[in-house]
Amino acid sequence: MIGQLQKKLIQPVEAAPLAVFRIFFGVMMFLSILRFWANGWIEKLYLEPNFHFTYYGFEWVKPLGNFTYVLFIVCAITAVMVAAGIKYRLAITLFFLSFTYIELMDKTTYLNHYYFISVLAFVMLFLPAERYFSWDAYKNEKLRAKFIPAWSILVLKLLLGIVYFYAGLAKLNSDWLVKAMPLKIWLPSKFDVPFIGDFMGLEWVHYAFSYTGALYDLAIPFLLFYKPTRKFAFIMVVIFHVLTRVLFPIGMFPYIMIVSALVFFDASFHQKIIEWIAKRLKVSMALFQNTSAYQPKGIKAKFATGVLVIFMAFQLIFPWRYLLYPGELFWTEEGYRFSWRVMLMEKSGYAQFKVVDTKTGKQFYVDNSDFLTTFQEKQMSFQPDFILEYAHYLKQHFTAQGHKNIAIYVESYVALNGRLSQPYINPKVDLTQEKESFKPKNWILPFKDEITGI
Amino acid sequence: MKRKVWYVGVLLASLFILACSSDAMDDGTQQDDGPVNVSFDRSAMLRNWADNIIIPAYTNFNTNFNAVVAANAAFKADVSVNNLVTLRNAWLNSYQDWQSISMFEIGPAEDNDLRLNINTYPTDVQAISEAIANGTYGFDLPSNRDTKGFPAMDYLLNGIAATDAEIIAVYQDTNSGQAHLDFLEAVVLDIQSRVSTVATAWTSGYRDTFVANDGASATASTDRLVNDVIFYYEKFLRAGKVGIPIGKFTGTAAPNTLEAYYSPKNSKVLLLASLDAFQDFFNGTHFQGSAKGESLASYLVALNSVKNGEELENLINAQLENARDSFESLGVFKEEIESSSASIADAYDQLQLVVPMLKVDMVSAMSIAVDFVDADGD
Repeated sequence: MIGQLQKKLIQPVEAAPLAVFRIFFGVMMFLSILRFWANGWIEKLYLEPNFHFTYYGFEWVKPLGNFTYVLFIVCAITAVMVAAGIKYRLAITLFFLSFTYIELMDKTTYLNHYYFISVLAFVMLFLPAERYFSWDAYKNEKLRAKFIPAWSILVLKLLLGIVYFYAGLAKLNSDWLVKAMPLKIWLPSKFDVPFIGDFMGLEWVHYAFSYTGALYDLAIPFLLFYKPTRKFAFIMVVIFHVLTRVLFPIGMFPYIMIVSALVFFDASFHQKIIEWIAKRLKVSMALFQNTSAYQPKGIKAKFATGVLVIFMAFQLIFPWRYLLYPGELFWTEEGYRFSWRVMLMEKSGYAQFKVVDTKTGKQFYVDNSDFLTTFQEKQMSFQPDFILEYAHYLKQHFTAQGHKNIAIYVESYVALNGRLSQPYINPKVDLTQEKESFKPKNWILPFKDEITGI
Repeated sequence: MKRKVWYVGVLLASLFILACSSDAMDDGTQQDDGPVNVSFDRSAMLRNWADNIIIPAYTNFNTNFNAVVAANAAFKADVSVNNLVTLRNAWLNSYQDWQSISMFEIGPAEDNDLRLNINTYPTDVQAISEAIANGTYGFDLPSNRDTKGFPAMDYLLNGIAATDAEIIAVYQDTNSGQAHLDFLEAVVLDIQSRVSTVATAWTSGYRDTFVANDGASATASTDRLVNDVIFYYEKFLRAGKVGIPIGKFTGTAAPNTLEAYYSPKNSKVLLLASLDAFQDFFNGTHFQGSAKGESLASYLVALNSVKNGEELENLINAQLENARDSFESLGVFKEEIESSSASIADAYDQLQLVVPMLKVDMVSAMSIAVDFVDADGD
């Protein structure tokens, strides 16, 4: 059984799908970086704020002043190098490091799809993506291989499958299925979308979108994997992502997903894409049409396989960590991130911080706009780890200003999926006494409603 | 080959929808006769705001401000206690009228920084004396915004000396009286010209732009004005009129930062006027009328129909009334603050309770982003 599986995993398959994936990935990343830069987001998100929300364990990752631009330049250049397969191993390593560093600089900007890109880049560190139709293989005959082990493409399919399937599982809750929330809030405000805008206020449309959305996410990996349904599935992918792009501000993500889903297609399809590109670039394909099959061997191969197996297991297990926390996941967000929970909540909050001198009893409130950008304030006001980190920052700031015996309290309200807002953080808890950790945050007030489901 | 045609068709159709959905295509010809359940007509709300609330408030202001200009001219021609009192009354009337305009810092008002130009307080007494002595005012400079507008008039009419007789004496002084009169006149005319510039912009073009921009993007009129009005409530009504003077953000009371500090009994009058104006806007009540049109409140009612939610519009109105009641029962703010009364702090808390209802509940029910946050979501 295991022997058979192993045989299947290492059997040689055509390298074209991985080469195409590498090219599209690199191009998409390059465009994403350009778009990010052109929108002025480097300044706005990383250079202008005085304070940045860090990830637990990665507090040392901060914007680098004007060197932040260098980071983005490295990221953009290595994306092109990945696409072209120039010094692939070095390029993908630098891409992974620079991109991940950028994402770790401020968790205000956390998006599942940025995490997805870091995950993909990490996996690509271990894939033989430069063996076929790349600059490296063009230059170095020893690298060239028309065939690669099957696992190197399967792992990408598995990753995509996890993203979709877990996103689908996350939708199996009473808010999504019984109340059609948050789509019931979001869709009516899209009344000005051409053609479909008039239907966005209809209740049955909210339910139809909720159920098809959940069903789509759960089924699409299998429909893509199974050959007879593959073409239909891909059309669904295109329609689904274009629709989400039209309705919601999600940037490059839909395009990245559409392009990534191509990896499920047969090698002959990718061969055509490569031949098309080769023609435009006036590159002779003859060079790559050898019959050599690359099969990693030795300690290096064992190491790579080991890392990938552990990493994929981690991907499968990590999203379930929320089960270890008491309380409602949507409310406390303990274990919410890095779990493919996409577009599940309409959540917003309001947090007012009170600085108290514990000796004199003198107290005053903080104007958040003195310290945070509107975006940071918005994200901070409904996420407990943000609130805690900000409270510690405030303590540090006011201590430096000469205030003594500082205690910091927060009066906060959060509204979740159309419920009226309710107090969020215990206003009697001095946040300077609390520490960030993986332990449950008992200073979050309990959620006054119930959401059932996965 | 045939089969390919239909993929291409789907792809093209999708791209077409995509292309059409960009903000640039938002031409405001939205029709609402579809089978819509949440059938709220944002453009009707925008029309109600523009035609029945905002433009009438500007027109009313301009008309009444003519009385200030006239009273000022009379005072200048004949400096007397009677004329001073007339001018003062006209000033207070207009200052109340101003409270119905101040929150609409959008379009031409935003371009002209109207609020900062008309009502920056505390006023800078030192700088005013220097300007009077030098005869140069520099009212176009941002740094001189605290030397003009209603707060400067408050000082010039109420605070420049202790009694009416002594105030008159300042303007009758043979050496500096004329300089004071000239400065006062310049302040009056500055208010008049700035407000009428914005009012004219509304009636000659901006009204149509405002109403036509009836989409649901972050730059649509509804989203922007809702943000502006909430910002006003939080920063200028809540913090400016009460929070800062009672020391909510510093820990130290600062009665000198009260609006109308030099005529202390007016602080309360102005706060109540602004609270009324805010609530009328929320309910879509026509300016100085009782008829109502589409509004944030009726929008919430429409949204409730599909959400089965609690009646947020009632909660907001009830809380605004709580706040009004608390302030009405207060004495002169300045005295309340100086005696560190707990009741003004309680009244502030009532005002404060409205903020999360607006910023969290209302805005999220309407799917309006708090302030223009230009970044991707997922």
